Amino acid sequence: MFDSLSDRLSQTFATLRGKGRLSDKDIEQTCTEIREALLEADVALSVVNGVVEKVRERSVGVQVTPGLNPSQQIITIIYEELVAVLGGAARRITLAKRPPTVIMLAGLQGAGKTTLAGKLAMWLKREGHTPLLVACDLQRPNAVEQLAQVAKQVGVPIFSPEPGNGVGDPVKVARDGVELARTKLHDVVIVDTAGRLGVDAELMNQASKIRDAISPDEILFVVDAMIGQDALTTAEAFRDGVGFTGVVLTKLDGDARGGAALSLSSVIGKPIMFASSGEKLSDFDLFYPERMAQRILGMGDVASLAEQAKRAIGGDEIEAMEAKFASGQDFTLTDFLKQMQGLKQMGSMSKILGMLPGAAAMKKQIADIDEGEIVRVEAIIQSMTPLERENPKILNGSRRARIAQGSGRKVSEVNSLMERFTGAQKMMRQMAKGGMPQLPPGMKMPMGMGGAMGPGGAMGQGMGALGGGFGAGKQTPQKKKSKSGNPAKRALEEGR
Amino acid sequence: MVLLKLFLNVCARLNRKVFNGSGRLFRRREKLEPSQKFGRRLRAIFTSGKLDQAEWDELEATLLGADVGTSATRLILADMRERMSRKDEPVEALRATLLAALACEQTRDIELRKSADGTPRVLLIVGVNGAGKTTSVGKLAHLAVEEGAQVVIAAADTFRAAATEQVETWAKRAGAQLISGEPGGDPAAIAFDAVKSAKESGADLVLVDTAGRLHTKVDLMNELGKVRRVVEKGAAVDEILLVLDATTGQNGLTQAKVFGEAVALTGVILTKLDGSARGGIIIAIQQELGIPVKFVGLGEGIDDLAPFDAELFVEGILS
Repeated sequence: MFDSLSDRLSQTFATLRGKGRLSDKDIEQTCTEIREALLEADVALSVVNGVVEKVRERSVGVQVTPGLNPSQQIITIIYEELVAVLGGAARRITLAKRPPTVIMLAGLQGAGKTTLAGKLAMWLKREGHTPLLVACDLQRPNAVEQLAQVAKQVGVPIFSPEPGNGVGDPVKVARDGVELARTKLHDVVIVDTAGRLGVDAELMNQASKIRDAISPDEILFVVDAMIGQDALTTAEAFRDGVGFTGVVLTKLDGDARGGAALSLSSVIGKPIMFASSGEKLSDFDLFYPERMAQRILGMGDVASLAEQAKRAIGGDEIEAMEAKFASGQDFTLTDFLKQMQGLKQMGSMSKILGMLPGAAAMKKQIADIDEGEIVRVEAIIQSMTPLERENPKILNGSRRARIAQGSGRKVSEVNSLMERFTGAQKMMRQMAKGGMPQLPPGMKMPMGMGGAMGPGGAMGQGMGALGGGFGAGKQTPQKKKSKSGNPAKRALEEGR
Repeated sequence: MVLLKLFLNVCARLNRKVFNGSGRLFRRREKLEPSQKFGRRLRAIFTSGKLDQAEWDELEATLLGADVGTSATRLILADMRERMSRKDEPVEALRATLLAALACEQTRDIELRKSADGTPRVLLIVGVNGAGKTTSVGKLAHLAVEEGAQVVIAAADTFRAAATEQVETWAKRAGAQLISGEPGGDPAAIAFDAVKSAKESGADLVLVDTAGRLHTKVDLMNELGKVRRVVEKGAAVDEILLVLDATTGQNGLTQAKVFGEAVALTGVILTKLDGSARGGIIIAIQQELGIPVKFVGLGEGIDDLAPFDAELFVEGILS
């Protein structure tokens, strides 16, 4: 479970009273917490110290106001610092003036280069390009075959004259591959190379020879998001040994915080261009600094989560829900059931919930959630008549007894579900009116978040399905009031 | 006379290693030297019996830089302080602390030959994508065959492109039999078939190579549990080894936790230790989960597998 920095800082400042500036002691405490959080997120030690210094300077000006926890301001400061560093060098892929554009992939063993080659090819193809894949990993057993199968899946040609497994010269293959692209008029060439250690002088030398042979327009350093303190050492070795123009982070569908992203951006200063998050060739996207900053801070990747939820629950469902609430209709048991089923598809609930901001405050409710509960709740609701689901008020004793018997559960479980549902209903009504429990104010949300957060949105659905647990959270006062009837639009307009 | 024979023997073996795979032994040394810089620096600063704040900070930085993690580092420094208060020299205190942190109750050995009643030993090899499972399977198979064992490998990664072909290459190199299936097939069925085949042929060891999977994927973790349960219908599973890349940061502990919940892990294979990463996260894995490292991977060659040696590992972090 994420014990996020925002939660920890909230606790640090929970007992703060009075007005004025933060004391030196408060600032020191803050810096200690930040340092710890960033190290746990695998940010390089040297980079952590730099960030903490910056935050210390800016923290001096933070005012303590009664009723407002300064942790929010501190978090915003850190968040802004991280986004600035992560997004600082951002740019798109540089296409060559005279085709083909040559893209070379380099990185440690197992980083995900070959899979990435396929993803890049697919992405470029969709953008209207004609990529050629070149198989220059002649070292790892059957790497050529792997790339060939990937090429087939994507539907792009591959140049693989050598079988690999120790046979063939990667430099020659690279050179010939680029030449072939030129003659066959492919406008992009993606050269996959063998994984190599930064400390392997011989193989780093080989990489530089490949580079010299093909003069790449882009050399992408492919790095696994779960890499620890070694990120910087390895990146420097690759920078010095072969050089790179951009970075791709892979396996972001894991739960590694990805502090390496910050280390690389901060020290090496090359842009992180893409984020790879899944084994499917379509699991590929541009890199979003805001999402990464939230992830490093332990706030989870809420936007990605919202997208994931959307995919599991279905865009149509969400629109229908939004329309429903916009028209003033109430949240019913049918909706509740739909949400539960959608959540089931998304996977482990406790993990998903752990990714929401403010998760620590809900720790107890989350820990109490039992995955099997979804199945039980489903059974109960399915034993109800459609009228009962739309109009839960009519559920008297005899109806409840019938439902209990029909679903093979106890009446007490039916009662308990109804209590939770009532709590969820209350919360959904509140969200429809524009209140959002436990989100730190002043937090800039990534695009599409407003929609995702509204009651019909994916996250709203997720939260609704939890039923009741959230009611206990503190409410953030809303100052701006939008006139829109659409709760999602209102959320956007009110800057949430 | 005996000494000469011994000397010649050693030379012959060295020669074999040097020329087998074009200078791999020497290449390995070249790789190891630079990464040993870390601890040498440390030894140089521990000049007197007491440490000043700068030296404590340097030590903390070294441990954190080795991915030991903030909690484990804190505990190690506290333990070291305690030992020093009892008159231990700093270097000794540190070595003793780290060795204590790595101490494990279970054996780090694995059985490579079948049991007395003829049941083959079964090893399940699991881990996240790219950790080095298939290469480790090849190395383990080779090690076992060198010890005189008959080995069967189950190509139970039916998902990743050319995964079966990859492990097939290793099986050929090691001299092990391969049991495989169609892409997209049921990994549990293949594993079961391998155990069945091993029992029928009287093989000693079954190595099950599984697909890489992130521990965040619930259905894939469930699948792993299923593979184990199905295999157990044929024979007891002797070892479930988590293959962990030494470059992994704090997420390594999460991986061990979650994989351990899906299937009971008996050990770790720490790979890519020939790089600049120190793999310090295994300290937390030992301390918090009680899972010992059994092997370390030191390169891409079939011989590049060594039993875990706590002393050497500590040396790697310090010297």
